[in-house]
Amino acid sequence: TEVEETLKRIQSHKGVIGTMVVNAEGIPIRTTLDNSTTVQYAGLLHQLTMKARSTVRDIDPQNDLTFLRIRSKKHEIMVAPDKEYLLIVIQNPCE
Amino acid sequence: MASVGTHCRRLCRDLGFLPSLPPALLRLTIATSSSGRKPSLHRSQEDFGASDSSSPAWSHRVGPGSPGQAPLLLYLQQRLPPVGPAAFTFVINVVTPAPGHGGKDEVNEEVEPVNMEVMGHPEIYPLVLTTKTQEIFNCRVDEDVTDDQPYKLIKKEDIFEDFKNRGAISDFHPVKKVIQEYPGDEILLVYDKDFKYGLNFYVIGTEEGKENYLNPPEVLEDQEEYKEYSSEEVYIYKAPVSKPWISLGSEKEIEEESVNEATKQTTYMISRKRRKFGAPIKFSDHNASSIKDAYIECTAYPDKNFTLQQVEKDVGMQVIPQIKDRGTQTRWTYPKNATTQYYPREFSEEEKEAVGQSKPFADFFDNVSVGVEIALQQNEIMNTFIDDWKCLAEEEGTFVDKTDTQLKEYQSFTDLHSPMEKMITCVAWHPTIYGLIAVSVAVRLSFEDRVLNSGKLLLQPSLILLWSFSDPIHPQLMLEGPDDIFCFQFCPSDPNIIAGGCINGQIVMWDITAHADRIENIKSGGGRSKKPILKPMFLLEPDSNKEATYIRHCAVSSIENGHRKVITDIHWLADTFEINRMGAVFENRNGICCQLVTCSADCTVCFWDIRPQKALLPQTAEKKKEEVIEIPFDVPSTFLHLDLSWKPLAKVRLSKGETSVDHCPTKISLNESHISQTPDHMVAQDRAGKMEEINPYQNLEGGMAGHLKPIDEFCTKFFVGTEEGEVIYTDWKLERDPETGRLMSKKPVSMHTVHDGAVHTIQRSPFYNDIILTIGGWNVAIWKENVMTGPLLQSCCAPKRYTSGHWSLTRPAVFYVGREDGYIDIWDLLEKTHEPSLSQNICITMITGIKPWPSSSKQQLLAIADHFGTLHILEIPWTLSHPSSNEVSSVQYYFQREVKHLEYVAQRKVIRDKEIKQINMEKERKRSKTYQKSKEQIEAGLKLDYEQYLDLEKTTLISLGLLKISERRSFIDML
Repeated sequence: TEVEETLKRIQSHKGVIGTMVVNAEGIPIRTTLDNSTTVQYAGLLHQLTMKARSTVRDIDPQNDLTFLRIRSKKHEIMVAPDKEYLLIVIQNPCE
Repeated sequence: MASVGTHCRRLCRDLGFLPSLPPALLRLTIATSSSGRKPSLHRSQEDFGASDSSSPAWSHRVGPGSPGQAPLLLYLQQRLPPVGPAAFTFVINVVTPAPGHGGKDEVNEEVEPVNMEVMGHPEIYPLVLTTKTQEIFNCRVDEDVTDDQPYKLIKKEDIFEDFKNRGAISDFHPVKKVIQEYPGDEILLVYDKDFKYGLNFYVIGTEEGKENYLNPPEVLEDQEEYKEYSSEEVYIYKAPVSKPWISLGSEKEIEEESVNEATKQTTYMISRKRRKFGAPIKFSDHNASSIKDAYIECTAYPDKNFTLQQVEKDVGMQVIPQIKDRGTQTRWTYPKNATTQYYPREFSEEEKEAVGQSKPFADFFDNVSVGVEIALQQNEIMNTFIDDWKCLAEEEGTFVDKTDTQLKEYQSFTDLHSPMEKMITCVAWHPTIYGLIAVSVAVRLSFEDRVLNSGKLLLQPSLILLWSFSDPIHPQLMLEGPDDIFCFQFCPSDPNIIAGGCINGQIVMWDITAHADRIENIKSGGGRSKKPILKPMFLLEPDSNKEATYIRHCAVSSIENGHRKVITDIHWLADTFEINRMGAVFENRNGICCQLVTCSADCTVCFWDIRPQKALLPQTAEKKKEEVIEIPFDVPSTFLHLDLSWKPLAKVRLSKGETSVDHCPTKISLNESHISQTPDHMVAQDRAGKMEEINPYQNLEGGMAGHLKPIDEFCTKFFVGTEEGEVIYTDWKLERDPETGRLMSKKPVSMHTVHDGAVHTIQRSPFYNDIILTIGGWNVAIWKENVMTGPLLQSCCAPKRYTSGHWSLTRPAVFYVGREDGYIDIWDLLEKTHEPSLSQNICITMITGIKPWPSSSKQQLLAIADHFGTLHILEIPWTLSHPSSNEVSSVQYYFQREVKHLEYVAQRKVIRDKEIKQINMEKERKRSKTYQKSKEQIEAGLKLDYEQYLDLEKTTLISLGLLKISERRSFIDML
């Protein structure tokens, strides 16, 4: 399907370690990583994203979070939030 | 009184009638005809029960203020039979207690006087005296009897007379019996002002009572009273008794505070005529000035009498602490271990599939994927967060120009005082002191010249010179040896101890501990002044420095037992191990270096122990004693025990095997993997500090090998470079010859002749313990221990002979090679491996020694000694001293690659052999095959040729017209 293709395309980018889709409650729907890692990422990043979104909204109620990029020593974690789902991509940028 | 009243009232109410009087005025008398002296209740009740008559059944007196009556009444109330009040009669008298109320109470006639035994005073008989009686007996209240003297003694006869006169109406009638029985003449009558015993007077019926009253034994009475009271078990309530007031001086204060009139009051009497009272008054206007004295002016003026100022004010104040009671109850909860396990919520596969198929999911992807891909691409294209500045700094480092790769002359030292032409044989930096370098010098002569001039040479001292940066002209110290020193090394444990090897095969020991202060001071002086060259020591202290300081060696090895030829290399063994005579390795308990290894041109490698040997013969000790006398006193006695009797601990011959000629070693390199790397300066200095306290070299004891733990896994193999240009990897452990039982040195593990001249440098890389650099003749080789198929790197022949070399101490890929034409080749393995990356001319003659020294993180110095006796100190440029970020690993990788290459080369030989064999076999087989097949082939070929010939013949015949096609056929058929 189209969704699968998109996922495959994202996964095929250079340095992409994992991709996952999480619903609004933080429950993983699609993942390319193993179960325990997915659950951990899903739970934690869901919370973080919700917090970030509420922060943005609290500052300006008309604003909204569109993208969250977390740069760490090892990876970059990208979170694309939407109404119902989150797309989380973990990339090693300097591979 | 109130309580009594209340009880009375209750009693009365229970009995059926209530007195209408207020309790304050109530005085109740219950009369009974009890005949007993002691109207105890039992008796009373009995009487009461027995005399069921209309007359008063029993009587009792209840006085106000007598608290003892209250329980009595209560008891009474309880014990009274519940019968109606009509059945018997009480006489209750209500008496107002006002004094002076002389109204005679209606007291029933009775014979038995009532005493106050209930209150603990059986001798007291209360009675009522009317005013008339008081007049008769001169005991009027407030006149004859007062508060101060409330008693009066009345003569018995007077009372009897009163009985006669007044008969039954006499007030003493109730106590007639008492008076009659009274033993004395005078009866004490006491005025009971407070109605303590119920009536206004009482008489005391006994002589003791009278005495007690007049002279009260207070304490006793009180106690008795107390006892009496406590014995009463029915006592329920005890009202507080007011205590007598005790003066503590407060009345004086009150007196002082009270205001008394000081002046006499003025009395005015104003009189008026009677008729003028109430007369009408008429007011009218008047002119004040017209009439004299019509007005009086009262002007205000300060009265001196009233200018007193209040100076003092007495204010009293009482502080009462506020007290509050609060209570809190906290609930104690004890800790309990509890765990919660939970698992993440997850969708089942079907649910996931369902969600994945849903439209919002697809929409979400459409929305989101673009942004994510952009971000991913951004990261792919370039690292946005890279710190360019930091990378730049890493590249460029300091202000030093990166292109600058030239060594810069920093300083140079030449011994100007020596008359002979000398060359430098060995160079060593002082391990701890900055800017101190030692060089050994030897006369620059060929062997023949040396033999010829031996007489002259004896007069010359053989020296090791210690130069300091602070003084380029005068050496700081000169160590004197017995003969020219060709190699020396500072002891790693104590830099004040130096071991050197002489041309005559002797080992020399110096101890410069006594002069340590001197060189230390140089160091501090040089460190303080920023430019030590501009402030040389000899300018500051010309006298002390001008005269050369020769320091005599403190020990030399025995001539007979040591090396027979020039010692070419000397090393201290690391402080982690020691070896025994067999070459076996043991742990070193001393923790200091105490063994040496030397190699000499006499084809031996010797191990030496600087500790005194216990097995020494006594005669040698005596011999030593004699020598002690000879030795000048300024020589330290550290190694006295070794002097001239020092024998090598173990000797390894480097035999070539069958031939009688042995290998002639020039340099050796031991595996020092057990060293925890070269001790850094801190440790070394710390050790040096310790050594100052107790010099461990002063009292070293011979190691008892039996007690020491052997180190089994220790690699006893070492590299030897020889005069012929061979690199030998051999073992120093001796083994017993199976045939003769004699100790034999092992055969070399491997031997390669790669150098086309004497090996003068054999050195382990400071970064990789198993990488060894060897330089000799015209080329350079790098080896890896345990890979002995050949060198990892072998350079091609250089145009000029190499004479010395050294690894860079900070860059793993760099080493320096000195040439005979005064050039220095700098190899950078990361840049080029087939030729030096840089060559620089230093001097005009042969370079005999190279020693780098990292003086600081920014400055690195390279000492280069030449054949003419000049020591050049050069500054290593930044690029050659600072390694790139991953140089260690990349050089390591290079070596690994080379090892693989070597393996491949070794394998290739085998493969090639195999291949050649195969090819030969193939050829062989082919040849034989063709030979077998030849007959048939020839036949087949001949046949083919014949047919071809026939064809050709036919066609020619046809073309000539000699034969027709049909004929041809027939011709063929014919055939």
